[in-house]
Amino acid sequence: MRRAGLARDALVLVALTAYAAPFFWQLLTSFKPEADLLRLPPLLPARLTLAHYRVVLEQSLMPQALGNSLGVAAATTLLALGAGLPAAYAIARLPVPGRRALLLALVASTAFPQIATVSPLYLLLRALRLRDTWTALVLAHTSFALPLTVWLLAGFIREIPRALEESAAVDGASRAQALRSVLLPLLAPGLASAGLLAFLSSWNEFLFAYTFTASEASRTVPVALALFPGVFEVPWGDIAAASMLASLPPLLIVVALQRALVRGLLAGAVKE
Amino acid sequence: MAQVMMKDLNKKYDEVHAVKDVNLHIRDKEFVVLVGPSGCGKSTTLRMVAGLEEITSGEITIGDRIVNDLPPKDRDIAMVFQNYALYPHMTVYDNMAFGLKMRKFPKPEIQKRVQDAAEILGIQELLKRKPRQLSGGQRQRVAVGRAIVRHPQVFLFDEPLSNLDAKLRVQMRVELKRLHDRLETTAVYVTHDQVEAMTLGDRVVVMKDGWIQQVGEPLDLYSRPANKFVAGFIGSPAMNFIDVSLSDAGGLWAEGQGLRVKVAPAHATRLSAYKGQKVTLGLRPEDLRVASGGDPAEYTIDAVVDVVEPLGSEILLDLRAGQTTLVARVEPAVRAKVHETIKFALVPDRARFFDTKTELAI
Repeated sequence: MRRAGLARDALVLVALTAYAAPFFWQLLTSFKPEADLLRLPPLLPARLTLAHYRVVLEQSLMPQALGNSLGVAAATTLLALGAGLPAAYAIARLPVPGRRALLLALVASTAFPQIATVSPLYLLLRALRLRDTWTALVLAHTSFALPLTVWLLAGFIREIPRALEESAAVDGASRAQALRSVLLPLLAPGLASAGLLAFLSSWNEFLFAYTFTASEASRTVPVALALFPGVFEVPWGDIAAASMLASLPPLLIVVALQRALVRGLLAGAVKE
Repeated sequence: MAQVMMKDLNKKYDEVHAVKDVNLHIRDKEFVVLVGPSGCGKSTTLRMVAGLEEITSGEITIGDRIVNDLPPKDRDIAMVFQNYALYPHMTVYDNMAFGLKMRKFPKPEIQKRVQDAAEILGIQELLKRKPRQLSGGQRQRVAVGRAIVRHPQVFLFDEPLSNLDAKLRVQMRVELKRLHDRLETTAVYVTHDQVEAMTLGDRVVVMKDGWIQQVGEPLDLYSRPANKFVAGFIGSPAMNFIDVSLSDAGGLWAEGQGLRVKVAPAHATRLSAYKGQKVTLGLRPEDLRVASGGDPAEYTIDAVVDVVEPLGSEILLDLRAGQTTLVARVEPAVRAKVHETIKFALVPDRARFFDTKTELAI
């Protein structure tokens, strides 16, 4: 038993190392002095430097891109939750005709390849004069995040016993009040999970962000990273520092939401 | 303080006709229990009174208002749900205060009412806890507390005790009864448990397949069931049914399934119209007792003991008699052995007869 446990732990560790190695390599690179970058050995540099971060923060367009990404991802999350919640509630609770077909269509639409919509979306956004704006990205990202958001939230709402809302109704709450004071607090983990997924999908999205933007006014982090300028050689250290900065916000959000997320991901696993 | 009237109440879902022409007048301060097997329409009826289920046709009146089109919050009712339906993210205090807050009661009044209710139910110590920190019985008390703080016109109970273990259920049953005596509020209570129905109800409404079968005081239902269903549903162990035909041979005799007993003179006139026809004879288990020498032979049945179930205060005997099986409830002093043949005397006046076709009591 003990030995099996040890073996399992070792296996997990190996898998984790393999998984995390590129990340840590990148982390290490971002702190390596320029001279050590392309030399191996040593694996670990003799001294660490913040020079790359200084370059990225002071001389590159990354700060602007980070701001764009945060803005776009936050707006996408809010819009997806704001539009997704009522839809999910209707699907979970109200007698919507053709509910099964609707859910099926929702799931099917998540399988839709993004690349197929790029050209028509581009024409559409250009006609609306939204090219190179946050709005364009927020709309495009939300349209792709919504099906999953609705699907997830509907599932979370279904887990909440109907009797709670009925009880609130008998207690004197209107539908809106029952939603606000009973359903929403219980839905917090679900909102956190669905919101995080929407945020991440927007944060990582490249294709739309690359196609619909023309200048730094709305260029997001993935695009900025891809277009990172190098004059005579690839500035690996700077790119590593920029990628680290790009990973930071999602990481912080996950840490902040950790408790709610665990509850959300485990919802229904344990009988109350 | 209100009566509840249901007039020609119907509920139809797409395929199912769940509640059929229910007419019921629940008086002010009365405790009425709706009882029946699952799917009989009792819960649906209650939920229509609560306003949680739309009424297909008919009319419900609470007090002197027709409430058909009123949302639950405007009906001045309180409901206790089967799974308690406590708000998991609120403390016990907030759970109980929720309804009062929704109705914009001033804070001191809320505090006073919650304290009073907590005292009545013995849960003052629990006010700061969350529902998940409570035992089943405590949750049940909080659910009741949430209902009584509002001083509603009518209490609705939807199988409130069915999630409790047997011992706690008996205890809460007594508490609910005491509570009703104290609060004097009209109550409608739904259960599938006939013992709960009999012990709690001022009157009991037996339902089956959406129809009301009979409305009456508990002991009336027991001694004068309107039909075979009620006779079999109320009472445990259930009434014994024997298919017999009636014949005239020096008085009226019931004969069938290998048994032959005389019909008591008290029943004879009513039954004379059924002479030569098939009827169902109903005998309560306690109306079969071990015969002594003095019992007239025409009211006795010979039966072989199949199973002996000693319950302490009484013994249940599963018997084979003729081609049928019977259950008798006898004194604990009776020493009956399996396979033994025993002569049982029945209480002739208490035998019930049902039309075999319509199943109505004769």
